[in-house]
Amino acid sequence: MSLITTLARLEAVDTGRAQPLATVRHRHLTDRPLVLVPLTTAGEAGAPLGALVGTDREAPRLLAVAQPRDRDLRFAFLAELAEAVLPHIEAYADVVEPAERNETDPATGKKTKVEVELCTDAGQLIVPSRAGVEFVRLLGRSMRFRRTAEDDPDTPYPAPARVPLLGRWLTHYGERARVPGSSLLLAATDLLNRHWATGQSSLEDQHLGALLSWIAPPAGSSGAEAALRAELARDGEGQLLCPPAGPATDPDFDNRLLAPAIERYDRARTALASAEDGLAADARLGELSGAEREIRSLLARVMLPTWDAVWRGLDLLRELPEGARAEDRWTRDRWSFTAHRDRVRSGEPPQPRRDDAVTAAQKLASRETAQAQLEAQEALDDPLVLAGRRLAGEAFLATVTDVEMTYTESKRPSPRPLVTVRTDERPHLSERTKVYRSLEGKPQTAEFVRAEEEPDQDGDVLLVLRILDRMGRGKEPAPGSVPGPGDRIAWTLFEHDQRGGPKLPDPEETPWTHGGPPGADAATRAEQPDPVTSEDLL
Amino acid sequence: MSTVFDPGAEAARATGAILDDTLHGSSRGIVVDSPPGAGKSTLVVRAALELAAAGHPLMVIAQTNAQVDDLVVRLAEKDPELPVGRLHSSDSDPYDKVLDGLANVTKSAKAADLAGLDVVISTAAKWAHVKNVEPWGHAIVDEAYQMRSDALLAVAGLFERALFVGDPGQLDPFSIVGADQWAGLSYDPSASAVSTLLAHNPELPQHRLPVSWRLPASAAPLVSDAFYPYTPFRSGTDHGDRKLSFGVASDGSGPDRVLDEAAESGWGLLELPARHTPRTDPEAVRAVALVVRRLLDRGGVATSERADEPVPVTADRVAVGTAHRDQAAAVRAALAELGVTGVAVDTANRLQGREFDVTVVLHPLSGRPDATAFHLETGRLCVLASRHRHACVVVCREGVADLLDEHPSTEPVQLGVTVKFPDGWEANHAVLAHLAEHRVRWRP
Repeated sequence: MSLITTLARLEAVDTGRAQPLATVRHRHLTDRPLVLVPLTTAGEAGAPLGALVGTDREAPRLLAVAQPRDRDLRFAFLAELAEAVLPHIEAYADVVEPAERNETDPATGKKTKVEVELCTDAGQLIVPSRAGVEFVRLLGRSMRFRRTAEDDPDTPYPAPARVPLLGRWLTHYGERARVPGSSLLLAATDLLNRHWATGQSSLEDQHLGALLSWIAPPAGSSGAEAALRAELARDGEGQLLCPPAGPATDPDFDNRLLAPAIERYDRARTALASAEDGLAADARLGELSGAEREIRSLLARVMLPTWDAVWRGLDLLRELPEGARAEDRWTRDRWSFTAHRDRVRSGEPPQPRRDDAVTAAQKLASRETAQAQLEAQEALDDPLVLAGRRLAGEAFLATVTDVEMTYTESKRPSPRPLVTVRTDERPHLSERTKVYRSLEGKPQTAEFVRAEEEPDQDGDVLLVLRILDRMGRGKEPAPGSVPGPGDRIAWTLFEHDQRGGPKLPDPEETPWTHGGPPGADAATRAEQPDPVTSEDLL
Repeated sequence: MSTVFDPGAEAARATGAILDDTLHGSSRGIVVDSPPGAGKSTLVVRAALELAAAGHPLMVIAQTNAQVDDLVVRLAEKDPELPVGRLHSSDSDPYDKVLDGLANVTKSAKAADLAGLDVVISTAAKWAHVKNVEPWGHAIVDEAYQMRSDALLAVAGLFERALFVGDPGQLDPFSIVGADQWAGLSYDPSASAVSTLLAHNPELPQHRLPVSWRLPASAAPLVSDAFYPYTPFRSGTDHGDRKLSFGVASDGSGPDRVLDEAAESGWGLLELPARHTPRTDPEAVRAVALVVRRLLDRGGVATSERADEPVPVTADRVAVGTAHRDQAAAVRAALAELGVTGVAVDTANRLQGREFDVTVVLHPLSGRPDATAFHLETGRLCVLASRHRHACVVVCREGVADLLDEHPSTEPVQLGVTVKFPDGWEANHAVLAHLAEHRVRWRP
C-alpha cells in the first residue's frame, strides 16, 4: 500500500467517510453496461442458483434454478442466461468502423498495413464483486466445451443451442478481465476501491454493501457505523439486511429459507410424478409452480439489494469525469472484443483448457506492459494519483529557473539544453536517471545531471536536467520543445509508454527447454468435450 | 576413516566434473547450483575459455548489463587474446566504458557483426531480439535461477546445448502482475528458467559447488542450514582465517557495541525498541547510517587469506541492504547527512551477486505490523545475509519473532507446484534465533 493510500485510509477513519483516491474515473463506462448479479449453490462448484441480469436498472431479468442439482434445470438456466447476455454482446458485433492493423506477411516477413473492421463499441459486463468475475470465468469454462445436438447428434446430454457460444464469450471476458486497466468485465467493488479509500480493511472492502456505506453513508451516520450495519444487521427472521453480493449466499439464508423451499419443491415434483389422474396432476402442478415461485421470490429478495447497490456504485462513478487516457485503454478492449468476434465467426474452436507455453508467455508479457502503462497513464491523467507518485519519490513538480544551451560533440551537433529547475520535493534521482515529461501528449526524455546546491531555508533544491529528445532534427530545438524559465512542469521517473517485448517463437517452434512443440494429440484433445465417465452423476 | 575436509580439493573435484560434462557430455543441458560466493563467475569464465579453446563457438546469456560487462572483463583478464563479442542494446551508453579499453572485445548492437567470434556475450533481454541466425552449438546461461521461464523461451532457440549456472537460494524472479492462472504448469512463464527446464528435462545432470569462498566460517553454517538445508555447503576458510578489527576503541554506544560483536563473531543484531513504523522507519534508518559511519570512523581493518597485510575496510567494501527501494533511498539520504559517500545502498534484488567485507542490513520485517509473502521470501533474507566476507550487522525492531508467530505462511497451495524448502517463515526464524545470540539492545 502506498503512503498516500495509507494516509487516505487514516483520514477516512478520522472523518468517518471514504476519501477520494482519484479525481477522475480511470475506467471507461459504456452508456449501457450489462449488470449481472449471479448466485451459486453452496457446496457445489459451478452450480448456478440464480441471477439478475439486464441493462435497465428498473427491470432486471430474474433467472432461477429451483433445484440446482438438476442437470436439465441447470441447462435451462444457462440457455436463458445466453438469451439474456448474447443479444447484448451481439448488438455491438455488427456496428463497425474501418481501422488499420499492422500484420506481418508470412511469405515475405514484411510488415504491412491491413484494412480491418473495429467494433465502434463493445458490450460491457459489470458484476458486483471479484468473486463474481471468478464465477463468470467458471461459467465460461463449464459451457464452452459443451456440445449441442447440432454439433454431435450422438452426444448423451446435448446442451441448448447457444450455451457453448455463451461459454466462449464469458471465457473471453473472464480472461480479458485479467489485463490491467481493461474494462470489458468489471467488478463493482474493484471500481469503487480504485477511486475511494475506506477506513476498513481491504478484506472488508470486498463487501459491496459495506464499501458503499463508507463512500455514501446514510444521513446522520458515519461510514464505520453504516458499514458495520451492512455487514451484520439482521431482520426478525435472522436474515442479513444487506445480503452478500454473491455469488456465495449467506449460510443462514441457505439453512433457514432456501433449503426448506427446495425441499418443498422436490416434494411437489415427486408428488406430480406420482399423480395418477389428470385432476390430481393439475392440482400438484399448481403446488409445484407455487414452490418454484417461492424459490424465485426468495432469490429475488437476496439479489435485489445487490442489484441496486451495483447501480448506485455506477452512479457514484459516473459523477467523476472520465480520465483522458481511459478511452485509449477502452479502444484496446474494443480490439480484443473484435478479435474474439472474428475468431467465433471464422469457426475457430473454443479457447483451449490451458495455454501453451508460448501463449502463456505472450499473455504475461502483454499484461506486464499493460500494468506499467496503466500506472503511468493514471498518474498522467490525475493530479491526485501523481501526488502519490511524488510522495513516493517517483515524480516531482518543479519550476524552471534557467535554461542553458549545450550541444553534442559530433559533426552535426544536436541540442542538449541544460534546464535548471527548482523543487521542494525529493525525487529518488541519481546521476543519469532518466526523467520524462508530457509534451503535447508525447513523452520527452531528460536525464538528471546534478543537484545544484544544498536545500535552502524553504527546503527548495535546484536540479539540473539535460533534455535529450523531441527537439526536432535541426541544430536549434524546435519551437516549444524546450521549457522556458517560469514553466511549472511535472517530471516522472517512470516511462510514459512501454516498449513491446521481443517476438516469441511460434508455438510449433517451442524449444526443447519448454517441452518442444505442443503434441498433435494435445491439440486435438483440447478441442474435445470432457469425456463422460461413470462418475458423472449430474 | 576420518578425512579432513579440504575445500580446495572438493571444489576442484566438482568443477572438474562440471567441465567434463560440458565438454564431453551428451546431454543438452547441465545445471549447476551454486551457493553464495562459491565461485560461480570463476566457473563460468573457465567453462567459456575451455569451450572456446576446444573450438566451440559460444554464446553467454547473463541477466543484467552489469553482469555482462563484468564477465567480459573477467574473460579478458584470463585471456587477453580471446576474441569476445559484446552484443549491446541501441540505447545511449549501453555498456561499461571499461570495455573500450579492451583490444579483444568487439562491441555491436547487431548480432551479425559479431558472427564468428569465439564468445559472444549479452543479456537475455537483448538476445531475445536476435532472429534469423545460425544457432550456437553451446551456450552458458548465468544466474539461471533469476531468469524467468518466458525469458528462456525467447532465447532457447538460439543454442543447441547449454550450461545453466545459478544460485537456487536467491530471489526468485517475479512478475508485476498475477500469474496464478499458470501456476502448476511445467512452463509457467513466471517461474524460474531452471524449474521449467528441469520439469521438461528431468534427466539432465545436476551439479553443485560445495564450497563458499566468500562467506566466512561464522556465516556459512547458518546460511547453509537456514537456506540450503538439503544441499549443505562449507566455507572455504576456517575460524581464525579472517579477522575484523578496529583502530579506534568502542565509545560504548549501541552502534559501537554491535560493531564489536560483529567483528568478534561475524554477526551482530542491533535491536531497537518494539514499535510499528512506516517502511522508512526514521530511527532504524538513522541507526543503519550511524553503524556505517562508526564502522568507517573507527578505522576497520580486515585480515583475510586474500592479502598478507590487513586491508582497511573502506566505503566501497561496505554495503547496506534493504527490502524496499524507498528504504534504500532513505538510508542514502541519512548517510549523506552524516557525510558518508561511496557505500553501496540497495535492495536485495540489486545486491544479488555482489560481495562486500561488511554489510549492514535493515531487517525486512523490522517495525512491520504484518508479515507478507514479499517480506517473508526466503531469497530476500538469503541475499541480505550472504553478501559479506567478514561480518553482517542487522538492524531490527524488537518483536519480529512474535510477528512471525502471528503470521504463519498462508499462501494457497497450488497443485503441481514444487513446494520450496525451507519456507520463508522457517528461514526467518532460523536466522533470528542465531542473531539473538549476538544481540545489542539500543534505544536511540
